[in-house]
Amino acid sequence: MNGPLLKVENLTKHYPLGSGLFKKSIPMIRAVEDVSFSVEAGETLCIVGESGCGKSTVARLLMRLVEPTGGRVLIEGTDIAGLTKGALRAWRRRMQMVFQDPYSSLNPRLTAGQIITEPVENFERLSRRQRNALAADLLRKVGMSREMMHRLPSELSGGQRQRLGIARALSLNPSLIIADEAVSALDVSVQAQILNLLLDLQQQMGIAFVFISHDLGVVEHIGHSVAVMYLGRLVELAPCEALFAKPVHPYTEALIAAAPVPDPTRVRLEAPVEGEVPSPIHPPSGCAFHPRCPLAVERCRVEVPALVPMGDGRVVACHVRAPLQDILHLMPVPGDHSLDPMVMSETFAARTSRERR
Amino acid sequence: MTILSAPVEDVPARRLRLSDLPRLARRHPLVLTGGGLLGLLIILTLAARVYAGDPGNMDPFKRLQPASAEMWFGSDNLGRDVFARTIFGARISLLVGLLSAASASLIGLLIGVIAGYSRSFDNVVMRIMDGLMSIPTILLAIALISLTGPGLGILIVAIAIPETPAVARLVRSVVLGVRERPYVEAALCGGARLTRVLWRHILPSTIPALMVQGATVCASAILTEAGLSFLGVGVPPEIPSWGNMIASSRLYLAIAPLTIFAPGICLAVTVLAVNLLGDGLRDLFDPRARQRR
Repeated sequence: MNGPLLKVENLTKHYPLGSGLFKKSIPMIRAVEDVSFSVEAGETLCIVGESGCGKSTVARLLMRLVEPTGGRVLIEGTDIAGLTKGALRAWRRRMQMVFQDPYSSLNPRLTAGQIITEPVENFERLSRRQRNALAADLLRKVGMSREMMHRLPSELSGGQRQRLGIARALSLNPSLIIADEAVSALDVSVQAQILNLLLDLQQQMGIAFVFISHDLGVVEHIGHSVAVMYLGRLVELAPCEALFAKPVHPYTEALIAAAPVPDPTRVRLEAPVEGEVPSPIHPPSGCAFHPRCPLAVERCRVEVPALVPMGDGRVVACHVRAPLQDILHLMPVPGDHSLDPMVMSETFAARTSRERR
Repeated sequence: MTILSAPVEDVPARRLRLSDLPRLARRHPLVLTGGGLLGLLIILTLAARVYAGDPGNMDPFKRLQPASAEMWFGSDNLGRDVFARTIFGARISLLVGLLSAASASLIGLLIGVIAGYSRSFDNVVMRIMDGLMSIPTILLAIALISLTGPGLGILIVAIAIPETPAVARLVRSVVLGVRERPYVEAALCGGARLTRVLWRHILPSTIPALMVQGATVCASAILTEAGLSFLGVGVPPEIPSWGNMIASSRLYLAIAPLTIFAPGICLAVTVLAVNLLGDGLRDLFDPRARQRR
């Protein structure tokens, strides 16, 4: 197989507001605008951002639960956005989804066994014996006992339900699993169990993940690379370590600064970014982040920044921090905190100790 | 047992089993009363040949007799056994009621599910349904029967047609709610075909609403049949039916009141039983009612 497992090119989704039979122009919600990234086999890409920034829409676009307005989604080189329904069904075997809500994503009328074997039964006929064996095997993979297969979802806890959701996604042996806020509905202790389960599965089976989350702690724990979204656009895409050690885009920096750190002695870097996310119906001109950005200059109001490669495998869309003309050098900005090596190494140390735990 | 094996939307308790029946009956006396009455009636009518005489047998010497050991409800103006006719009349009422409800439910379910799932179909068909809803049942039945002549089949069709839109509308609304649920999307992600999604994930959610609506349709179908038979456009006059019994006996109310009261009371009790069952089922399927337990 050549090239990345999943390659997304200029993915765009606009939702029309209402039907426009008698209206000349319909307002559009620009849910996802020109998003591109790729995921290698066995790797985890995390997508982070505030509520309403288009994270979940990206997930649904990847699964083609909604039709993209533009752009391509290439799985192993095949554009699934252009497939017919029948061909899409075959490609669905390659990628599966784990849903956010472990309660409403399981049919309350079906038993655990029925739920997790259904995807396989969509493709081949199973005898009762085969079905039971498959269910037991899948339950074992997600750390549940085979007796659970006769339970209804309502008889299971949230964590067990999410394990079922994962078992269902595993049943077709996918090479890519899209996890849309897969742990955010769970208790913290259960979150850790589920995350570790996902990491184990990744190591054993070489599954790639697109992990959508708003929880930076989770992202730092499991991500290989991180994509930061703001108002439907990608603002920064970087290897996980680099992003947390040295965020370049001011929005990324604000996100990381806002995340709680269990260390009372650590001083917050700057005043947090204020204000609300603007409406995706009338996004701000130029860089969508400029009304909230402490570094905004005149150019940010006018021109949409392009994603600029930064040399360390990172791309950033920011006129100030990553200007097109001056790619490899980060310009110091007045009022900006320093990017000196001491601070960076400290963050790295903190990260390593966290990982060891 | 199909009634009990469909758990409620949103509040799925554990799967109901046969052993839950007494407990459920205690908690839902309406279902027990309505279902019991209806069940008794069905058994009585099915076994009618065993204990009731021939409802068509005329005896000119025993016209308009009062109740006696031989003829429990007396006889009518042609000397026919009112008890036998009432019992056999129940066959017609129940048959028309159940078959109309079943056909209206099935067709309504089919239309409702497709309309709930396909937007283009929805626009066209639901407008047609709106049109059908505006046709008065009795008028449509009279028109159809005057075209084809009286018969049980056409009667059921005539009653089922105006009842179908209400069922379709109800099912459609349930489907519209369920199709957006993540487990339906999850099924699609798992590569399920549309037919499977509809059959396995969407259809079962419509069953509770469908059963409640079915009971309502059944009760109104029984009343409509009686009304049509009373007007002489229902079942053919040689078949005993509560409607035409009341119609033919109304001149003799003062002489032989049982000839009217027997079918009248039976009609009222039957419709009451069906309505009780419907109300009971609604309580049974209502999530709030179940949470109280």
